[in-house]
Amino acid sequence: MLGWLTVIFCCQLAGELAVTGLGLPVPGPVVGMALLFCGLLLRKGIPADLGKVGDALIGNLSLCFVPAGVGVMLHADLIGADWLPISVALLASTLLAVAVTGLLMQYLSRAKQAGKEGD
Amino acid sequence: MADLRDIWVYLSASPLLHLTLTLVAFQAGAWLYKRGGLNPLLNPVMIAVVLIVAVLVLTATPYPAYFDGAQFVHFLLGPATVALAIPLYRQFEKVRRSALAILVSLLCGSATAAVSAVAIGWLLQGSNDALIAIAPKSVTAPVAMGITEQLGGLPSLTAVLVIVTGITGAMLGPHVLKLVGVKDWAAHGLAIGTASHGIGTARAMQVNETAGAFAGLAMGLNALATALLLPLIWRLVFGG
Repeated sequence: MLGWLTVIFCCQLAGELAVTGLGLPVPGPVVGMALLFCGLLLRKGIPADLGKVGDALIGNLSLCFVPAGVGVMLHADLIGADWLPISVALLASTLLAVAVTGLLMQYLSRAKQAGKEGD
Repeated sequence: MADLRDIWVYLSASPLLHLTLTLVAFQAGAWLYKRGGLNPLLNPVMIAVVLIVAVLVLTATPYPAYFDGAQFVHFLLGPATVALAIPLYRQFEKVRRSALAILVSLLCGSATAAVSAVAIGWLLQGSNDALIAIAPKSVTAPVAMGITEQLGGLPSLTAVLVIVTGITGAMLGPHVLKLVGVKDWAAHGLAIGTASHGIGTARAMQVNETAGAFAGLAMGLNALATALLLPLIWRLVFGG
């Protein structure tokens, strides 16, 4: 287990180094995610223990949001001053994104299925 | 009483106090969430944040002092992001089969989320800090915070907006999908995951397994797509 946690940390470290060294426009952990994904592709499977470590990390993902979320106390003034643009933009854009993604995906999958049936 | 104050001074200087506060507050949030039948209004992150802010305000503790302890939890966001490669790999076969449909829908949804948020915020005269923080709000928190940091914004403000976005999408997204006539579970999951990341994914997982799988996939892909494209588009539009 510790070995796979080390692998995950190494992926993140390699990602951070790549971002700093090459000036990539992506956060280091995302590059680390891509590296781990490539590793899994090469290995053609997820080792059972790696799966356990990963599920434990992702299963507690919401806990990791808490310290940053408490940072709201630092920005109470900013949010208070901008509450209208922030709340309207947040609500409208989120619901719009749900509708656009859902409708497109349903339409494209159906189009593909219809195309197959026509073959 | 002097002894008690000595103990308080000693504990405040150690990471243990605020680390424990974080864990206890989250447990309380998780307990309430379960007791409330997993009602999305009782989101455990939201409850934990409210409890902790209340304690910090009552004890006159500044945020940096709290973060000194809580940073050990915060640090795990990085490895957790790397670990998102695992569910992504698990869904790889399904993804390959409808790769083009997923890619087109996801890119359009991802662009809609970011562009409409910034456009509406700009029209309503939001400040520059607010606009930068709101642009990546549909992306999972660790990545969204990284993007905001790169754009020169406030990552902690983004984290808050990301959490609120997640709750909004998880609560209202299913109603929107019903309204516009989306019945396909894969499309349902992809939409919720794209717009409201992990919190939406957790919700979709409870409703339908296919929806949950596609939501998790959308969360990972949207993180990647937004992280790659948003900073480029931002520089093109605002020339930062």
